[in-house]
Amino acid sequence: MNKPMSSEPEVLAESAAVRVRLAKPCARLSLRARGDLAPLEAALGLSLPGKIGERCTGGELEALRLGPDEWMLHLPEGTVEGVLSSCAGVYETLPHSLVDVSGREVTFQIDGARATELLTLGMARDPESIAVGEGRRTNFDGVTVTIWRDADSAYRMDVWHSFAPHVLHLLETGCRELAAEAV
Amino acid sequence: MLLITCPYCEETLPEAEFAYAGQAHVIRPENPSGQSDEQWEEFLFIRENPKGPHFERWRHLHGCGRFFNAVRDTVSDKFLTTYRAGAPRPDLASLGGDAK
Repeated sequence: MNKPMSSEPEVLAESAAVRVRLAKPCARLSLRARGDLAPLEAALGLSLPGKIGERCTGGELEALRLGPDEWMLHLPEGTVEGVLSSCAGVYETLPHSLVDVSGREVTFQIDGARATELLTLGMARDPESIAVGEGRRTNFDGVTVTIWRDADSAYRMDVWHSFAPHVLHLLETGCRELAAEAV
Repeated sequence: MLLITCPYCEETLPEAEFAYAGQAHVIRPENPSGQSDEQWEEFLFIRENPKGPHFERWRHLHGCGRFFNAVRDTVSDKFLTTYRAGAPRPDLASLGGDAK
């Protein structure tokens, strides 16, 4: 439980078909804003993605649009204070909500030849409908998760802490099953 | 499984991502204290139960999280259209399909 965090992602499940790792901790910010976003974009140093599911990066900051007025921001640990204070400066001109939710979720890194197939085990929607470089919030095995597609068969999945063991259990089973089929 | 088009995500997605949220276009009275008991009863409890097109609210719960409105035919279970919350009722005649 309290073992020290390693600098390399920890492997949680692995087979010949696919591998699931626990990503290194990062800082996460939930942003809600509407109206003219220009002052906020200047404070963040990136242009916020304009369509649901699109992603943008600016420096070390990575943003995914989750809803019409909602974004999830990922950034390295220790840089949160600076972002929060620079955005607090534009609060007067553009009221918004920027909340540190770093402690809320863990990220699973899913990669391997059959990563997309592994996701189909828990997802109602087609994982192929998420283009490379995009992301979506969706339902995985009854749990709301955020999926980031980084490459053709490399995904990240943000899961709330309390649901992580449940989701991981299905991913572990899926890893074994896909490898058994491949023989 | 039903396929529902979210007017905010502009994608057609499985029903499992959505939650039903009752009849649409039920408007809360502007002056609640001026309402009679019968009017309150009407607002709180009396709902339509049509055989045919039904205006209803849905929420893209496991997605963008937004409430929106839909017209679903209760006979065929087909969605005739979906539209953003706050938009006026679409004209049934223009929707075609099984709409009457």
